[in-house]
Amino acid sequence: MKKQALAAFAALWMACACTTGHAATPAERRTDPLDSPRWADMRKEMFPASSQVVFDDRVKVTAPLTAENAMNVPVSVDASALPGVREVLVFADFNPIVRIVRFEPSGAHAALGFRIKLQQSTPVRAAVRTADGTWHVGGTWVNTAGGGCTLPSTSSGSPEWQKRLGEVSSRVWARKEGGERIRLRIIHPIDTGLAAGIPAFFLQDLDLSDDQGKALMHIEGFEPIAENPVFTVDIPAARAAAGYRVSGRDNNGNAISAEIEK
Amino acid sequence: MTALPRPISCFARGLITVFALGWTLLLAAADRDYGLAPVRIAEDTWVLVGRSEDFSFANGGNIVNTAFIVTRAGVVVIDSGPSRVYGEQLKRAIARITDKPVTLVLNTHHHPDHFLGNQAFAPDTLAALPATIKGIHSEGGSLNENMYRLAGDWMAGTEPVAPARPLAAGPLEMGGHRFELIALAGHTVADLVILDRSTGVLFAGDLVFNDRTPTTPHANLPRWQAALDQLEKTPFTTLVPGHGPVAGDAGPIRQTRAWLAWLDRQLRQAANDGLDMTEVLALPLPAEFRSLAVVDAEYRRSVGQLYPAYEQAALSGDRHKP
Repeated sequence: MKKQALAAFAALWMACACTTGHAATPAERRTDPLDSPRWADMRKEMFPASSQVVFDDRVKVTAPLTAENAMNVPVSVDASALPGVREVLVFADFNPIVRIVRFEPSGAHAALGFRIKLQQSTPVRAAVRTADGTWHVGGTWVNTAGGGCTLPSTSSGSPEWQKRLGEVSSRVWARKEGGERIRLRIIHPIDTGLAAGIPAFFLQDLDLSDDQGKALMHIEGFEPIAENPVFTVDIPAARAAAGYRVSGRDNNGNAISAEIEK
Repeated sequence: MTALPRPISCFARGLITVFALGWTLLLAAADRDYGLAPVRIAEDTWVLVGRSEDFSFANGGNIVNTAFIVTRAGVVVIDSGPSRVYGEQLKRAIARITDKPVTLVLNTHHHPDHFLGNQAFAPDTLAALPATIKGIHSEGGSLNENMYRLAGDWMAGTEPVAPARPLAAGPLEMGGHRFELIALAGHTVADLVILDRSTGVLFAGDLVFNDRTPTTPHANLPRWQAALDQLEKTPFTTLVPGHGPVAGDAGPIRQTRAWLAWLDRQLRQAANDGLDMTEVLALPLPAEFRSLAVVDAEYRRSVGQLYPAYEQAALSGDRHKP
């Protein structure tokens, strides 16, 4: 009985997968360069069926091939080789919480550095939506022994973070290439909600603007961002300002607000 | 058929599975032979040199140097290895050389490859610095679990055992050997170095690596370098590093310090230049360190372990607060 049910389920699953395959546009039939068995699901979950999704080498995702510390895996996404970037969605096929971060680089370079938690070896991908509505997908495999998502944050075991929650440290550098780099670190435990007895607690919205209040980047965070997150954002020379500002909130409504002085 | 027999049979099946699995693991471990071959490096003194590799299913965690000294009053063991099986095979290797009992087992620090063989030895022979004992109590479980992931069934039956006997720095006379226990830190929060004044052998633990890149999961780089300065001033004839071949001079001390000093400079510079961690990982390694074993993997691990603190130092300052 069980076997039959399984077979039926498998057949159904395959039928679904095949249907998706038929609906795909010719460009999409190019096989997943990361050869992930989850790609068909990702295509279905992350993008509207009608949208154009292409694999594109101009979307660079940099992460170590082997990550020993699954709680803190560095990832840099750079889509600045693409014109007209509207939004970038970063996700990991095999993470229990697939979405990691979404950002809209309205005035900043279409690039972001951050760190994430991974539960097991997985592709880490960035999907970049350009002005014409096309999603350009790039990514890389990260191998890890894992466990990063179902462990409590180190802070959750200590009362220290409560006093400093939302505290921002930051610094601005002039870049050789022109423009400026902003790096900022926010004190936040960021719990996924997958460790027993610890509810999800994460940064939901961050807005980076210049000192005149003009938007540079909107960041929407999800649970897999690493504890006490550090972000690297590059500002083109044309948008460099006398100072910057970051504001936002976590999913419990705690506000984050800080000047980023030079 | 009826509701009653089902749970019983399930339970019985479960029991059989558990027993079968337990036996399979034990037999698998029993099959495992580290091929421990003690090398005599001085009078009464033998070293078992591990591979200059990462932990793996192939090496079963035997990447570490352990040692023993046969005194008239019994055998002193320095570090017990990465698993229960290792500890047992170490004990048998000792028994092939002497019929004297093991009377003292020293754990130089609380890293898994240095204490997870403790189970093989009598509990009252185990000793370590107080902070090492504390470290085994608090982190032994997770370190042991991690070793199961990295070394597989070589670890069968291994449980962390913390020594009950705390050691203090100072002289220790045993069966005609005049030992000096030197309490240092930097590789971990407590690093025990043992100098045998009778033979001139210095057992440096993991404060010293030889031709194998140092590991830094609990490192404090300034303290570690200070400890190496002190070790270099200590007179010895033979140096047993925690990892890598035995040496006759202070070369490995200088090599370890050169790596740590470079790593410290590199990470501080990178943080002050505003580099993202992925950019730090992509920086080229200096040619002088290319010959160190597992240099790429250890550099990657060290950046992950240490860079956040350098980053925080570079980012912090009251002027940046709201």
